[in-house]
Amino acid sequence: MRFVDEFRDAEKAHALAAKIAALCEPGRQYKFMEVCGGHTHTIYKHGLEDYLPETITLVHGPGCPVCVIPMGRVDDAMHLAAQPDVIMTSFGDMMRVPGSEGSFFDAKARGTDIRMVYSPLDSLKIARANPDKRVVFMAIGFETTAPSTAMTLLRAAAEGLRNFSVFCNHVTIIPAIKAILDSPDLRLDGFIGPGHVSTVIGCRPYEFIARDYDRPVVVAGFEPLDILQSIYMLMLQLAEGRSQVENQYSRVVPWNGNLVALKAISQTMELRPYFEWRGLGFISHSALRVRDSYAAFDGERLFEVPGVRVADPKACQCGEVLKGVLKPWECKVFGTACTPETPIGTCMVSPEGACAAYYNYGRMHRQRVAEAAGTGGVTHP
Amino acid sequence: MMPEHPDLAKVDVSGVRRVINVGLLSDSPPQPGEWVLIHVGFALSKIDEEEAAAALQFLEGIGQAYADELAALAESRIE
Repeated sequence: MRFVDEFRDAEKAHALAAKIAALCEPGRQYKFMEVCGGHTHTIYKHGLEDYLPETITLVHGPGCPVCVIPMGRVDDAMHLAAQPDVIMTSFGDMMRVPGSEGSFFDAKARGTDIRMVYSPLDSLKIARANPDKRVVFMAIGFETTAPSTAMTLLRAAAEGLRNFSVFCNHVTIIPAIKAILDSPDLRLDGFIGPGHVSTVIGCRPYEFIARDYDRPVVVAGFEPLDILQSIYMLMLQLAEGRSQVENQYSRVVPWNGNLVALKAISQTMELRPYFEWRGLGFISHSALRVRDSYAAFDGERLFEVPGVRVADPKACQCGEVLKGVLKPWECKVFGTACTPETPIGTCMVSPEGACAAYYNYGRMHRQRVAEAAGTGGVTHP
Repeated sequence: MMPEHPDLAKVDVSGVRRVINVGLLSDSPPQPGEWVLIHVGFALSKIDEEEAAAALQFLEGIGQAYADELAALAESRIE
């Protein structure tokens, strides 16, 4: 496909890798966080870590919408779905996320009417076709997805569709990045900025990272060469003593974002005072709820939601993985009790989750490398 | 484009044709033949051909420097 294939050329990847290696200062270790789960997926799928010098570590960030939903919210959604005459709609990758009584798929098997949709607009179609039912859309996602929910709310209001509502779990990326920057566990040298979130919010919201935390940020695309070029741009900034926000993905990301999308969000949604993130805990002003003026379309107000906080299973270390403190394979249950087929934690569910990406693409290779080196450092199948 | 529904457009995604919502691009609606980034049924952004060409040019430059170095290495005979 155009704009994709040309950013996957192996020879150019080697050339970029050589440029990156040439910028490494002897004896210095570099740690970059790729904030977005889509980047994590590309990194493992294309084995990009093998192109980098050993002194550069990529730390996987919290930008996986499914991964950061806490168990209590999954239980809330389950409770909503079980109400009389309710049809719950959800994106496919939410379907396998475990709540304390199983996943949406498990509930569906027990007879709850939960339907997978590709777009929130599909939920409107279901609502129109089922006027005697109440359709609730389980909205998840960062600023990439929030505009679609906003446009759907605007459409529902314009049509006067009274049997449609949204269970809003949209989160915002900036407070999560700030929480990570303020966390004492991790020292990062720079950020690979989330490409698709930035199509909406633009590049300016990251300026505080460069200004207040003195860390470079490069907003990156999703092909292998995009990510390698972004790492090169980060290394160049460090070598030249700069901390700036740069846009590698300028073919898609406008510097100021998408103003129509931002306006649609602010018309229909507002910031919550706080929201719980899996692994990161409660973060203030880090999520969106439906505005008062759209209360008639707010699932949280139309139905009673228990809102009980549920702790993660003890064995699950998704929190540490999401903060970048643990690598997926360092989790006790990775690849044994927790696999994409039977996930314990959210990071193993979504293709954007670091554990699932690593399980699908990286684990065999790592085992072979460890065996060849005779370190025997791999404890997972 | 679909004149009866100005917020909808028909796109070709790797050979599959489907209708998407282009309402988020109402500031500068896409024209037939342009490329867009689609997420959950909505076009989020138009792909800027000039910026893509500039990025590729940079990558070509790097690839060329690497190829030149490999060629030089192959020709080198240190005895």
